[in-house]
Amino acid sequence: MTGRVIIIGGGVAGMQTAITLDELGFKPVIIEKEASLGGKLCRWDRLFPTMTPAQEVLGDLLKRVEKTASEVRTSTTVSEIEEQGRGVTLSDGSRLDAEAVVVASGFDIFPAERKEEYGYGLYDNVYTTVDVERMFREGGVRMADGREPKTVAFLHCVGSRDEKVNQRHCSRVCCITGVKQAIEVKQQIPGAEIFSFYMDMRMFGPGYEELYRQAQQQYNIHFVRGRISEASPTIDHRIHIKAEDTLIGRPLRMSVDMLILAVGMQAGSSNVAFGRNNNIDLYPSGFLRPLNQFSGNVRSSSPRLFYAGTVTAPKNIGESINEGIAAAYQVAQTLNAAKS
Amino acid sequence: MKITWKEYQKDIADDHYYYARSCIRQNFFPGSEAAFLHILGNDLGRDVLDDARHTSCTGIGYHSDIVPLDTIMTVVARQFSLMTEAGYENFVSSCITSFGIYSEALEMWHDFPEQEEKAHEYLYKATGREFKKPKNLAHTSDVMFHHRHQIAAQAKHKLINAQTGEPLKVVDHIGCHYAKIFPKVGVGGSEFPYVLSGMVEAWGGECIDYPERRHCCGFGFRNYLVQANRGCPVANSKKKLESMAPYKPDFIVANCPGCTMFLDRWQYAISEMEGTLYGQDGHGIPVLTYEEMAGLVLGYDPWDLGLQLHQVAVEPLLDKMGIEYDPGAKYLGKNGKFIGKPEDSIIGCYTK
Amino acid sequence: MTTWGYSISRPRSIDIDRNDMSYSQELLREYPELQTCIACGNCTATCTAANLTSFSLRKVHTLVRRGEYQGMAEELEKCMLCGKCRLACPRGINTRQIVLTLKKHLVNRSR
Repeated sequence: MTGRVIIIGGGVAGMQTAITLDELGFKPVIIEKEASLGGKLCRWDRLFPTMTPAQEVLGDLLKRVEKTASEVRTSTTVSEIEEQGRGVTLSDGSRLDAEAVVVASGFDIFPAERKEEYGYGLYDNVYTTVDVERMFREGGVRMADGREPKTVAFLHCVGSRDEKVNQRHCSRVCCITGVKQAIEVKQQIPGAEIFSFYMDMRMFGPGYEELYRQAQQQYNIHFVRGRISEASPTIDHRIHIKAEDTLIGRPLRMSVDMLILAVGMQAGSSNVAFGRNNNIDLYPSGFLRPLNQFSGNVRSSSPRLFYAGTVTAPKNIGESINEGIAAAYQVAQTLNAAKS
Repeated sequence: MKITWKEYQKDIADDHYYYARSCIRQNFFPGSEAAFLHILGNDLGRDVLDDARHTSCTGIGYHSDIVPLDTIMTVVARQFSLMTEAGYENFVSSCITSFGIYSEALEMWHDFPEQEEKAHEYLYKATGREFKKPKNLAHTSDVMFHHRHQIAAQAKHKLINAQTGEPLKVVDHIGCHYAKIFPKVGVGGSEFPYVLSGMVEAWGGECIDYPERRHCCGFGFRNYLVQANRGCPVANSKKKLESMAPYKPDFIVANCPGCTMFLDRWQYAISEMEGTLYGQDGHGIPVLTYEEMAGLVLGYDPWDLGLQLHQVAVEPLLDKMGIEYDPGAKYLGKNGKFIGKPEDSIIGCYTK
Repeated sequence: MTTWGYSISRPRSIDIDRNDMSYSQELLREYPELQTCIACGNCTATCTAANLTSFSLRKVHTLVRRGEYQGMAEELEKCMLCGKCRLACPRGINTRQIVLTLKKHLVNRSR
């Protein structure tokens, strides 16, 4: 018995899985496709709803992983998972054996250019919420010409709840991300008028609804219920948008300095390859389907194959970290039972 | 970073076309179809069959709930049977409405083969004919787009202001039934159609990306047919004209017969009703079909292209392009026969 | 004179660029809690006037917030000021006060 457990993905779920497995006496190997650990969290500035710097959460996890005996292989990709979770094949063709595999490979950010009608990548000043996090890390929101925007529109549900781009699911966290960023823009530019175009506001977490209310009352963010149907450039390089104010029942149009698309979470591109394993089942959305949605969220139909984090569905950071802990304990239970 | 349209390409046949004409274009822009045949046949050396036996596609009736599906499907089947009989496989439609109808029939037959069986049966019972589906279905603008570089190589005039050397600013208007019904059948898809802007760019012009670029002209068939309902159709064209005017376009090039007619004729109606003109120096914005645009580029005489039948005077554009023309010949038709001169309107859409 | 048989339809879009947002802004400065409306419809559901007329406070204040003031003063005349909406509002908005404030401003505005 080597005690080696392979964790595919070094984001928050994968890192937490490694930390807990190490505590339980196993030898975690994190395989991360990027050059460093951290996953999508590396791209974030501050976290909802507490405005905690992402670096704080990330730094803490990294420090804790550092203290473990985990082996970390960065810039490495898994091409195949052994049927019974007894190892993986890496993209260079080499085989790595293990006693169990935890799939924590996360999600992909919806590519906003697929919603052609919003002109992402075509027009200046159409950005995604991911771009905005980068801007905040780099010192604040600026238009392409370097000026601060005076009018900003956020559009929710870009790449979520949308059959046209084959993303029928709700990505859950974009609502609160949009609210958080609207507040941050207003904090940076108090004179800015901010309009948020939404279909529903899904404030599922503790403190989320409170933040939404703060955005409305304290920050005077205008929430307009209706989806933007198209964006076009204006003669002065602003963005013209069309929507319906569905609470009034009339079309609404306006031009803004900046349009920010709240992009959703789509299934990780590696899920299809992982799905070639007969014990790994995919939802129609492309996320991995756990053994049981109520009592087996981190399990697959193979006893040595586990899931943690957003590889199975859109989740927030706390939920993903919890799944890392849960997966580690389930691994321990299985492997300890096999030992005795 | 303008990448998006390139993801959508369609196959356009290179030669041997069966040509299906448009109903309303022959009345409103009669030189366009002649120009298409001349450009394809004489300038590009392509084989096009202009078949007198084909009929209207009955699309206007279909979209106005007068012609039922079974009927229009059989009409489409008959056009295809004429193509089959003539030994052609590439069907080219001169009208966006028809192109939409043919695309719809092919798509429907693909999804519901029993409907195609019906079409075969109806056509055979009614006419004794049989048909094969075209190998390639294209709109005439697709064919012009396909040959845009050959046309550019033979250009006598570029879409360039002869005085300033600046590219002409062009508004392209696509027409809803070109790619909004089936985005895959249009060059560039539905959001960023490239079929007209590809020609404009290849011939030296510059397309304007204005806020209402993708908006419908308002034609809408049944909405427009009843006179009392025309307030809504004209308001759509007005919305587009208002949105493009600040960019000072030199002309509009339109893809669809109905849109070309609307954008041209409504400028007159709006000027009469509200006193607004959207062009420069008391003029309207000239509206061309893509064949007329290609014809000017290839050095055709503007009056041979039928530009005297436009409501908005084209002379300002001809002057900008440095095209020589005989003002006295404007209203002389075939063999120098006077075809009649329209009265000048109060505001002067006609006058130079 | 040509008889056209129709006239050009006017756009019914709310055009934020063209609308005068100054009163909307003033109102929201005075009553920022108005932004917290979640459009639940509780006010209209319980409204004495809405049962008999087209009055909808939710629509009226949303229109005012978008800079659409035309006809709003007349709409507000339908309110009977019974105050039941204030009891019902889950966001705690002082709806009755909003009606009074809107009336005062919009009636002055239309004079």
